[in-house]
Amino acid sequence: MNTTAIDTAPPAPADYYCLTESPPRNGTLLGFWIYLMSDCFIFASLFACYAVLGTAYAGGPTGAEVLDLPGLAVNTALLLVSSVTFGFAMLEMARGRKGAMLGWLAVAGLLAAAFVSLEIREFLGMIAEGAGPGRSAFLSSFFTLVATHGLHVTLGILWLVVLVVQSIRFGLTEDNVRRLRCLSMFWHFLDLVWVGVFSYVYLVGVVR
Amino acid sequence: MSVKRFRGLLLLPLLLLGGCNLVLLDPSGDVARQQSDIMITTTIIVALIIVPVLIAIGIVAWRYRASNQRAKYDPEWDHSPQLELVVWAVPLLIIIAVGAVSWIGTHQVDPFRPLDRIAPGKPVAADVKPLEVDVVSLRWKWLFLYPQYGVATVNELAAPIDRPIRFKLTADTMMDSFFVPALAGQIYTMPGMQTVLHGVINKPGEYRGFSANFSGSGFTDMRFRFHGLSAQDFDQWVAKVRAAGGDLDRAAYDQLRQPSRDAPVHYYAKFDAGLYDRILNLCVDPGETCKSQMMAADAKGGEAMQDPHGHDPHAMSMPAAAPQPLSAPAAPAH
Amino acid sequence: MLEAMPHRAAIWNFLFGRLTFHSFPFLNADTEGRILLVTFFVVVIVGLAIFAAITKYRKWGYLWREWFTSVDHKKLGIMYMILGTVMLLRGFSDAIMMRAQQAYAFGPHMGYLPPEHYNQIFSAHGAIMIFFVGMAYIVGLMNYIMPLQIGSRDVAFPYLNNLSFWFTCGGALMFMTSLFLGDFSMAGWLGYPPVSELQQGPGVDYYIWGLQLSGVGTLLTGINFVVTILKMRAPGMTLMKMPVFTWTTLATSGLIIATFPVLTATLFLLGLDRYVGTHFFTNGFGGNLMMYINLIWVWGHPEVYILILPLFGVFSEIVPTFSGKPLFAYSSMVYATIAIMILSYLVWLHHFFTMGSGADVNSFFSLTTMMISIPTGVKIFNWLFTMYRGRVRYTVPMLWTMGFLFTFTIGGMTGVMLSVAPADFLLHNSLFLIAHFHNVIIGGVVFGVFAAVNFWFPKAFGFKLDEFWGKATFWFWLIGFWVAFGPLYILGLMGVTRRLSHFEDPSLQPYFIVAAFGAFLIALGILSFIIQIYVSIVRRKQYAVGGDPWDGRTLEWSTTSPPPDYNYAFIPMVRHRDAWATMKKLGFTRPRDGFNDIHMPKNTAMGIVVGALSFACAFGLVWYIWWLAAASLLGVVIASIVHSFNYHQHHHIPADEVRRFESGGPQAAAQGASA
Repeated sequence: MNTTAIDTAPPAPADYYCLTESPPRNGTLLGFWIYLMSDCFIFASLFACYAVLGTAYAGGPTGAEVLDLPGLAVNTALLLVSSVTFGFAMLEMARGRKGAMLGWLAVAGLLAAAFVSLEIREFLGMIAEGAGPGRSAFLSSFFTLVATHGLHVTLGILWLVVLVVQSIRFGLTEDNVRRLRCLSMFWHFLDLVWVGVFSYVYLVGVVR
Repeated sequence: MSVKRFRGLLLLPLLLLGGCNLVLLDPSGDVARQQSDIMITTTIIVALIIVPVLIAIGIVAWRYRASNQRAKYDPEWDHSPQLELVVWAVPLLIIIAVGAVSWIGTHQVDPFRPLDRIAPGKPVAADVKPLEVDVVSLRWKWLFLYPQYGVATVNELAAPIDRPIRFKLTADTMMDSFFVPALAGQIYTMPGMQTVLHGVINKPGEYRGFSANFSGSGFTDMRFRFHGLSAQDFDQWVAKVRAAGGDLDRAAYDQLRQPSRDAPVHYYAKFDAGLYDRILNLCVDPGETCKSQMMAADAKGGEAMQDPHGHDPHAMSMPAAAPQPLSAPAAPAH
Repeated sequence: MLEAMPHRAAIWNFLFGRLTFHSFPFLNADTEGRILLVTFFVVVIVGLAIFAAITKYRKWGYLWREWFTSVDHKKLGIMYMILGTVMLLRGFSDAIMMRAQQAYAFGPHMGYLPPEHYNQIFSAHGAIMIFFVGMAYIVGLMNYIMPLQIGSRDVAFPYLNNLSFWFTCGGALMFMTSLFLGDFSMAGWLGYPPVSELQQGPGVDYYIWGLQLSGVGTLLTGINFVVTILKMRAPGMTLMKMPVFTWTTLATSGLIIATFPVLTATLFLLGLDRYVGTHFFTNGFGGNLMMYINLIWVWGHPEVYILILPLFGVFSEIVPTFSGKPLFAYSSMVYATIAIMILSYLVWLHHFFTMGSGADVNSFFSLTTMMISIPTGVKIFNWLFTMYRGRVRYTVPMLWTMGFLFTFTIGGMTGVMLSVAPADFLLHNSLFLIAHFHNVIIGGVVFGVFAAVNFWFPKAFGFKLDEFWGKATFWFWLIGFWVAFGPLYILGLMGVTRRLSHFEDPSLQPYFIVAAFGAFLIALGILSFIIQIYVSIVRRKQYAVGGDPWDGRTLEWSTTSPPPDYNYAFIPMVRHRDAWATMKKLGFTRPRDGFNDIHMPKNTAMGIVVGALSFACAFGLVWYIWWLAAASLLGVVIASIVHSFNYHQHHHIPADEVRRFESGGPQAAAQGASA
């Protein structure tokens, strides 16, 4: 029973109200983390499609024929190193060294841009070979999954540019630090998704 | 309307609403009857809790109305471990009972499972071969192929009573659901995929059949008659279909697959061998690669180019290479 | 007309995509065209009248400042409720048209609607009722009530909240546009392929983009509410001291986060198939239509629990309030909510037992489905035992609750019948199924929304709703529901399937005529509701109430009606479950001085701007007006970046102003004084 422990003396207001204002708790990091979890479900749906359709070649090329493993190795390295450099940027941010942070951020952004451009090149090559997303269900699911990841990375780069500008202009304010933390989560999350893409789509796709 | 067992009891209130034909509660085929029995049994089990709850809501609502000052008022009472145990346990027990019925019933009347009886206490005789019917849902009509008799019909289905029927079903373009309520529960027909349904009709008569899954503009008129006939009448019916002449060759099928509403009954004395398999494998048009061949080739690592690795890691998990009917995606091999 | 020219000018194609003069269906000289023409004129006249009235009374500025750009969760909640009501009228018009057609189209009579039009109507009816009525109503309720219940001043992300609303509004506007420009999807409310893959024209694209917009809005709302509940509860309010409505809001928001992305992905893939020519759900090239059906129900089944859970919360607030005692077995209620939330994710396959998945798979999903009825049954028992040994006051909210208990329980029984896989082979897609889900959705969601509106309206506006018209609404709905759907249960058992626009067998007609009469009764119910609102506004002085008109138990009743912008001058400290009930019992009085400056978010126009740009983008995509789609998408990106440069999104309400409000006239009576 929820009322047993009450003593009978009339309570003072202070027992039931906060008489002073405390600063509102900021939920941005939690909210962003939850957003990432929901994004996981989008990727999960796309992975599920790939799992079902990954061998539906419809007489067209197979994974082994169109997927470029050496290119993949370079791509993966670019993205992983980008993640590491972003980590360095965050360390510099924690130390309050804005210049070093911006430098590392630029490196991370450039690496990610290189990743995206390599991916676009791979896509264009495949389409030129007649292995575009309309060729078979396998290629539809491949392109959609990989391109959705690529689109996320592209948006991440755009966001990074905006945050670099804002950090230069307004400094490492509380707001900016929080935003950079969010972007950092986003960056590492995309890395994690890429590990899934890399192992499940490329490696398994080539073997089967 | 049969008034056996509790069936009559359940029908009584509904009968008062007009002497309608509640076919789902009184079907004429053994499979539908088993499904109907399961439905009625589970309803009664659930009613064991629902009816008392409804009565209790009424009683409590009346007794504890604010104007009734004689009723006990206990403004602090908000939990009771014993009651809470009951509150969880009673629905749990009911669901265990219903779940058991459902589990057993689901396996018993699994549409893929060949029949072992044609009616309660009447097992299928060893020498009886089921009637084979290949069903294709088209826009918006039904095509029935009788491979054992070499005839085909549009929008009319017939079967001898007390002989098991084995339907293999697919669709030309749209997804439909093949349903003769008096015969057996429905099953989807899907393009490029095959489902299977077993049933038997026990009473001669004319029954309604239709698509139970929305499939576009002509869906509303996508119905057919199902005739349950004695063995003799069925032979006559086959002879009638055969006498009507007509050949369901590729050209005739192309004609048939054009979208049309409210198509009339049509008979074909013969049809192209392998037509059903080609419909199922989406390769009726010449020059189209059959899905089964494609999948077999896919399993080997692609058709267009030779497998560069010279091994076949998916021989275990993919269908065998020979063009054979495919089953529905999630279906276990039957 | 441009079409008369041999070659349409390339410039026209560029500017207007596939939009032509033929895209206006109300210009067609057939029945459909005439119906739409009349509708179009009514909409135009009503629209012009509203526009003129707002202009005449110079309310545009007020609307813009106080409502459209508001980030106040209370105002957004009210706007969601208005949106839901407007869309209810649209969705219900579709229902009336369907009932009329089915009551009439027998044998030689083909009815007044050709199948192509009828198919659009049932598709629109289902999608609108779920996405823009049900979802708008529950999001509106959660928006209004939850922050008040947890003693918070706003949600965690007020700007996002405004944006979510405008996304939802944009989606609703897409659906409404399809009425007068082009056509709508004919593929049912879930847009199953191959019908949705093969339908030409903009119909399915309206469906896809309308749902994408509202889906994104809903997802953002879900994230917002979870963070709000986890981070912004008043001090002392542990999870197990939260009001049950807040618990169900948390569970529903969790489900939204876990399912709406699947909807987004699925519709995205359907869109790719239609726009780019991929092969996810096509018949050939290795596509698999059953994958769509699986994916859409992975969202679709939890969706019905997303709808019903908040209303379970509503009843869990109303029953204790009007029984004058705490909710029976609070913890059971919470665990039951969590159990439903988890189980709802494991049952999706019961929507297509008949695809031939094999007995083991069907048995599994049959069992998980039945298991949901355990926690649901527990809830029914708990409400019953809450009334037991209570003093039950049969106010309008309580009447709706009683209607819910009877109706929903019977709906639960037919639900268990459908969950038995062998029985579902008979009942699947039949009118029995239609009757069942209307039984739970009308009996649960709609009754719950009406109960909630009658319960919390005095809180939101400071006056009660008219009792007589409230009761009229209730009885019309309750009787109308059973008259409309009772016959459908029987028709279902007669083996009549859903979505038919024409019947052969004349013996079915009487049932459909009765059902149409039931729909007419429901129409009277909706009319009574509108009269109820109108009469109450007219008599608002007479019906005025203080902060706590029902002798409430949770925190929202401790502030004024309507609450000030900041909700609470002092954030409450929670020590007990029914926080306000206990405070009243202990003779608590509110502090009258010592007010502080209050930190509040500033209004923003960015939500409506981004919402409008997203609508333009979706519109461009539907009609292949690529420049418009690209430009407005770019606009969304730019607007977001510009918005991020605004670091000052808060302002302070000075303590003086708070003092003035707290000691002001209408609020003086607020302090729990009214009975």
